[in-house]
Amino acid sequence: MSTHTIKKNACVVSMAETQHRQRAWEIAAAVPDPEIPSLTIEDLGILRRIEITSNGVVVAHISPTYSACPAVMAIEEAVEQALTAAGYRTEIKRVISPAWTTDWITDMGRKKLKDYGIAPPDKASPSARALFSDPVVACPRCDSTRTEKVSEFGSTACKAHYKCEACNEPFDYFKCL
Amino acid sequence: MQSAALPTAESDARFIQLVRLADDHLILGHRLSEWCGHAPMLEEDLAMPNIALDLLGQARALYSHAGIIENKDRDEDALAYRRLEREYTNLLMCERPNGDFAHTMLRQLFFSVFMKHYWLSGESSSDPVVAALASKAQKESDYHVRHCAQWVIRLGDGTDESAARLAKALQALTPYLHELFESDSVTQTNGDVGFLPEPSTMQTRWRADIDTIFDLAKLCLPSVENLLTQGKSGGRQGLHSESMGFLLAELQFLQRTYPNMQW
Repeated sequence: MSTHTIKKNACVVSMAETQHRQRAWEIAAAVPDPEIPSLTIEDLGILRRIEITSNGVVVAHISPTYSACPAVMAIEEAVEQALTAAGYRTEIKRVISPAWTTDWITDMGRKKLKDYGIAPPDKASPSARALFSDPVVACPRCDSTRTEKVSEFGSTACKAHYKCEACNEPFDYFKCL
Repeated sequence: MQSAALPTAESDARFIQLVRLADDHLILGHRLSEWCGHAPMLEEDLAMPNIALDLLGQARALYSHAGIIENKDRDEDALAYRRLEREYTNLLMCERPNGDFAHTMLRQLFFSVFMKHYWLSGESSSDPVVAALASKAQKESDYHVRHCAQWVIRLGDGTDESAARLAKALQALTPYLHELFESDSVTQTNGDVGFLPEPSTMQTRWRADIDTIFDLAKLCLPSVENLLTQGKSGGRQGLHSESMGFLLAELQFLQRTYPNMQW
């Protein structure tokens, strides 16, 4: 085998790997969040990366939003199914460091949240939060900032409950973490 | 029966302290979940199980990692559900029956303020898994502190009835604070190697936060010296109060009736 062939083969392999990684990313990225189905796991920023091991296994790295997020197992299963259906040998890796933050929700994700009726989180996540400082939360329906927090905890671990004083609608706020 | 006797080996110290922390979170999470359907208002019916869920998530991560360090094929379920009462090493405060809402909130505040600072320090653990779970749990604890502090202030600075109940809760819980900061050869070994901080080093920060909140709640804590030298002890050695047996009977029911049952 000539040096030339080896180089050529190596090049072909690496091209294919990049393409596969891209394709696997797109497949995994399209998996919806089971609790907020209008959002994909890419929008939420919990799909961290796709790795292809030397023996060809596609490893999807996923970060949970909360330590006990009940959706994380459903998400991992859905990603595994989607990648397996596309013909990949698949492995899921749960990554907790660095810890997921709402800053990783994409701009598209923020827009989708708002369209779904959930106020998106503040962009800058709090490092040392002042004890009682509340963020200014705009109503996702009428954009008024005359809103009031009803409950620190809402229908899922990641949401708080608010109401709008302007349009009287109750709504969820995606907590800033 | 495996006793909770103090070890010398470093990996034993790591295992023991991770299980202590996991037990604190599991048992307190279980107590909080008992409020589900009984809270004074719907929002609290959501809040307490939500906090309980965070605590259980943290407990799972701690048990799993402890099981790996122990290396005896015990997973999170084996540790959480299939040990004897004397093998649980949680703080006695965590197993206390819930009492009224003031008692539950004040206990949660004491615990969450401690854990917030503990996890903040734990972020620089020499063990990357501990550092990672600390950075996650720290944010969650911070949110719990915020919620409980608002209630403690509202109750303390509220009606005569709510203030009286909070004062009673403080009296009942004060003897249990000592144990939060307790030091022994396990915590010293782990502190020395940078695995987990010594609980006693949290006192000043814990006290500062509690004082700020208590000022607003018009409450007063006894002096620090008293907290450290007096109080109940024994949880870390597996010596529990009577209520622990009843708690475990419920917590372990499924695994005792159908051993190794899986979802």
